[in-house]
Amino acid sequence: MLYRIAILIVKELQALLRDRQGRVLLIMPVLLQLIVFPNAATLEVKHNTLAIFNQDAGAESVELVQRFAQAGAFSEVLMLHSESEMRRAIDDQQALLVLRIPADFTRDVVAGREAHVQAILDGRRSNSGQISLGYVSQILQTYEAERGLGHVGLKPPELVVRHWFNPNLHYEWFIVPSLVAIITTIGTLIVTALSIAREREQGTFDQLLVSPFTPGMIMVGKAVPALLVAMVQATIILVGGVFFYGIPFQGSLLLLYVALAFYILALIGFGLFISSLCSTQQQAFLGVFCFMMPAVLLSGFVSPIDNMPGWLQDLDWINPLRHFIPIVKGIFLKNSNWSEVVHGLWPLLLIAVVTSLCANWMFRRQFAS
Amino acid sequence: MKRNPFLRRLIALCRKETFQIFRDPSSNLIAFVLPVVMLLIFGYGINLDSTVLRIGLVMQDTAPEARQFAASLRGSRYLKVIEERTEDEMKQAITAGDVRGYVVVPPDFSRRLKRPGDTASLLLVTDGSEPNMASFVEAYVQGAMQVWEQQRASDMGESPVVPVNLEARFWMNPSAESRNYLIPGSIVVIMTVIGALLTSLVIAREWERGTMEALLASPVTKVEILLSKLIPYYVLGIVSLFLCVGFAVFVMGVPFRGSVLTLLLLATLFLLSALGLGLLISTVTRNQFNAAQAALNAAFLPALMLSGFVYELRSTPVAIQAVSHLIPARYFVAAVQTLFQAGNIWAVLLPNMLFLLAAAVVFLGLTALKTRRHLE
Repeated sequence: MLYRIAILIVKELQALLRDRQGRVLLIMPVLLQLIVFPNAATLEVKHNTLAIFNQDAGAESVELVQRFAQAGAFSEVLMLHSESEMRRAIDDQQALLVLRIPADFTRDVVAGREAHVQAILDGRRSNSGQISLGYVSQILQTYEAERGLGHVGLKPPELVVRHWFNPNLHYEWFIVPSLVAIITTIGTLIVTALSIAREREQGTFDQLLVSPFTPGMIMVGKAVPALLVAMVQATIILVGGVFFYGIPFQGSLLLLYVALAFYILALIGFGLFISSLCSTQQQAFLGVFCFMMPAVLLSGFVSPIDNMPGWLQDLDWINPLRHFIPIVKGIFLKNSNWSEVVHGLWPLLLIAVVTSLCANWMFRRQFAS
Repeated sequence: MKRNPFLRRLIALCRKETFQIFRDPSSNLIAFVLPVVMLLIFGYGINLDSTVLRIGLVMQDTAPEARQFAASLRGSRYLKVIEERTEDEMKQAITAGDVRGYVVVPPDFSRRLKRPGDTASLLLVTDGSEPNMASFVEAYVQGAMQVWEQQRASDMGESPVVPVNLEARFWMNPSAESRNYLIPGSIVVIMTVIGALLTSLVIAREWERGTMEALLASPVTKVEILLSKLIPYYVLGIVSLFLCVGFAVFVMGVPFRGSVLTLLLLATLFLLSALGLGLLISTVTRNQFNAAQAALNAAFLPALMLSGFVYELRSTPVAIQAVSHLIPARYFVAAVQTLFQAGNIWAVLLPNMLFLLAAAVVFLGLTALKTRRHLE
């Protein structure tokens, strides 16, 4: 029986790696995504333009404007001279943020009254706006402190901040471990679901079914090559992450590969189940797509799971990515140990078992009819 | 009266294509079900505005000043403070991802606070494996600290003056909700899926099965074949677009301030470029398995990652920004977000329209070239 399965696996690998285009398409996207994603997927705000409409001619406002011009947070500072220019700057996206310094700013500061600065932000980019607002208020605070404004008798406590696992908050350190999960997802699902659908469309699946192979053996024959492909893809990302991006790998490689195997099994289960419902490659691909897209978007990669409504968090439990991303990030950055990883592993195992049983049942039913 | 043979053949081919679309449950799924699912995900599942963050608090000082600080931390509407434990327990909680960070109030906090010339310190540890959340934790803890300082100043009889008050206003999106720009952006991804992914598969199947060669050998001209593939999927894309916009505006309450006609014009240009890319991929690969992967990598992932729809393009390295200029989705995202939230701002819309037009011409032209070469 083992020999028969081995024959199936070899045949499957040959089908995958036979032509050059196919080989290129298994590796090239991985490399491209490794180069592009960590650079593109950033929620940091850099290289943006700040526009200032200074209605005050006093010395304090000039001082403040100079501080903004010298700060590194904005690459360019645009001076505006009227309300209509202010509207244009936002509407035409010339600037992410406009600061208006009212005419009485210097007078208020000198008199020790509360002075005002108004910030107008582009609502089309409200997330970037909020982040850049943080830079603005930091610059303002430095200005207040250095001009000796406020807090006359009291010395405020200082807040010492330490970012664990990623001291300089590099966004790539967050993206690359997640990428291990996302790229293997694409590879595994396409290889399992599409290869069965291709056999069905070309009629070779019927031949397999009438051969001495049982549906279970056929499933194993499809699963092992997918597992191999995914392991190779994951290794490429790991190596790239450590050597190209210089992200320190803190945890145990063995633990990571064990967890990866569990994760890929869960995906293979989904891939087999989807393909058991489909009769053409188009259906299988679009079916995979309809599963993969929500799975990636709701995995905690784009935005945290905590931010989702409760019912969606519960529903998201069947999403293997949501269990695996914390595991891979934990092992990569936080040196998670077995006991910390286990409570993400058993859901993966459960998902793998349930989906494979469903797929097996579907194949048997089709075999019988 | 005899009908124009060009039109007659074209209509027949389009009818055949339309039947194929509606016969297959998977294309209906992509055109009508997936868009609604996507809008729901972007409307409810993806939220970049951080809501309430869980943080820990370790109190090593129990003097009134420290307790007052703890109260202002608890009072922040952005923070959920977990009961104080030892620092070791907090370390475990942060590794397990149970808290986003924790604050330690050291034993000498209130003593140093009261001693003239000394500076008291507080320690904040965040989970850096989620950089965005870590910055939010820092900002919120700082905010709570300021509230506490204000209060302390007023308790001690000083005027509670903020030296400079920064007042922020978000134009067009006053409550700064990320879904107001994520939903218009997600429409771009949906159009890409229909335009490029679906089309590339359908035509690759024709090549794979040899029906494309049969068609090319028939009296049907190349232009007719390309048009018969373009028109039905174009109509499908536009129907799906209006389904999305209707759902976004009437069900999810996203404001739409532009004109429908401008949207139609923009969507037409974008769909032509997406369809062109889909046709090109299928003509080059001629096999569904490879077409699927190529379309995923050349059309779908760039539309998601490099279009500026979730991630700000201006913050990326120059090389990535340069590459993003080759991606039609980028221009459509900029235009659609402006159209929804700001209205018909031609200074933004016009350049984007020109780029989309250029992309459509390039992709459709390349496809026509590739198809001709095969015929010879």
